[in-house]
Amino acid sequence: MTTIERSTWATKVGLARMLAGGVIMDVVTADQAKIAEEAGAVAVMALERVPSDIRKFGGVARMSDPKLINEIKDAVTIPVMAKCRIGHFAEAQVLQALEVDFIDESEVLTPADEEHHIDKHPFAVPFVCGCRDLGEALRRIGEGAAMIRTKGEAGTGDIVEAVRHMRAVQKGIRQLQSMRPDELFAAAKELRAPYDVVKATAEAGELPVPNFSAGGVATPADASLMRQLGAQAVFVGSGIFKSESPERFAHAIVKATTHYDNPEILAEVSAGLGEPMRGQSLGEIPPEERLAVRGW
Amino acid sequence: MTDSRRPRIGVLALQGAVREHVAAIRAVDAEPVEVRLPRDLVDLDALILPGGESTTMRKLIDAYGLRGPIAALARTGAPLLGTCAGMILLADRIADGDEPVFRLLDVEVRRNGYGRQLDSFEADLAVGTADVPGALGAADLHGVFIRAPLLSELGPSVEVLARDPDGNPVAVRQGRVIATSFHPELTGDRRIHALLRDLAAALDREAPGRQSKDAGVTE
Repeated sequence: MTTIERSTWATKVGLARMLAGGVIMDVVTADQAKIAEEAGAVAVMALERVPSDIRKFGGVARMSDPKLINEIKDAVTIPVMAKCRIGHFAEAQVLQALEVDFIDESEVLTPADEEHHIDKHPFAVPFVCGCRDLGEALRRIGEGAAMIRTKGEAGTGDIVEAVRHMRAVQKGIRQLQSMRPDELFAAAKELRAPYDVVKATAEAGELPVPNFSAGGVATPADASLMRQLGAQAVFVGSGIFKSESPERFAHAIVKATTHYDNPEILAEVSAGLGEPMRGQSLGEIPPEERLAVRGW
Repeated sequence: MTDSRRPRIGVLALQGAVREHVAAIRAVDAEPVEVRLPRDLVDLDALILPGGESTTMRKLIDAYGLRGPIAALARTGAPLLGTCAGMILLADRIADGDEPVFRLLDVEVRRNGYGRQLDSFEADLAVGTADVPGALGAADLHGVFIRAPLLSELGPSVEVLARDPDGNPVAVRQGRVIATSFHPELTGDRRIHALLRDLAAALDREAPGRQSKDAGVTE
């Protein structure tokens, strides 16, 4: 090729790869975005409300006001992500027009379509999508997601669902790896995922796109746990700006994500941090109010 | 330690495309070392500053006291490669007013000079000519550019290794320091990593000031 090709699959997955080892922080104002950048976040998620407030507020949760997204874009030089509702491709078109760097088709917002997710291939902006298990991850990749994050249960500060989802994905990959090539066809049917994505995953022993973790990370040790379970990076939603001392939590979680396998550093950054977000254990949330079940 | 051993090439592993560089180092038959703390720099023959977010890396470099030890490693003559964000860390001047970090490469860079993610692109890059091949040979190099920095000014001793289709320099070298605004770790072409390995292998290990386990790492 003698010319340049914009927004290719390699540039989409490439941006996800550049965020590896980092922390993506939810922010609701330009000031919070600056605090996040100053603390070493690799990207920010521009939102009107963090997930724990979305829970409290109730009602229909939608894409954020473009004015807010623009203010946050202007405040920082790191990539800016924004969320659209599951299946709401018009919201995604708006976010692309705003030139955000990544779109999160997110279960944290109220779904717009109970059957279809967005066809993400035609978009120039890369997408990240949540998953609870391998089949859901591979379906989203088939639709064009350039990054996967395990869902966890957003806004709780309870890591149990994030762990469950990450273990489910990793276990599913190990099972694929143990199969004969002729067994992958049936596996694809069982996973309800495209065969070529299933085959690529079985061959590589990992998802074809980076796999991050989200939903419930509230402490440095939570970030370390998720990285040790296989997450390449972590999203922290309510965990930072709902803690007693957001700046210190932000710094500590960034350091814990880099030095996730160094318990001495984890001990050092965890000391005297103050109260983490108060949180809500998964058991306190009635099944019909859980966010992770959204997505198909 | 013998002269026939494979060069040990470090990758600054604070954040970013670390595993892709580690794989590329293995592919050119060198030994990768992930660098997160000053002690990880001991006995390295070369160091890669990877792509990622330069703002994040700059903060973590200082949080863990890596700035002095990396500068010291460079002073011993160990070759360095900076890709994308890594190039920003190496640059002498940053156009948007940010403080430069290592100032080991006589260039000015403009962060996200090619634009935001929507402007990220791939292109074939000219690397010299068939008659006069440069350090990378003559065949085009495929480049993946992600929110890439633009080389806006080159000092007189900076050599251009590759250019984008618009003629902008995108891979440069000044002595033992190499930098690219694209991501050679994301494609299968290993010429940039092979060049770094060759520079590392040619390094005089007995030179005074080389960091070793005996000498320890000093600021």
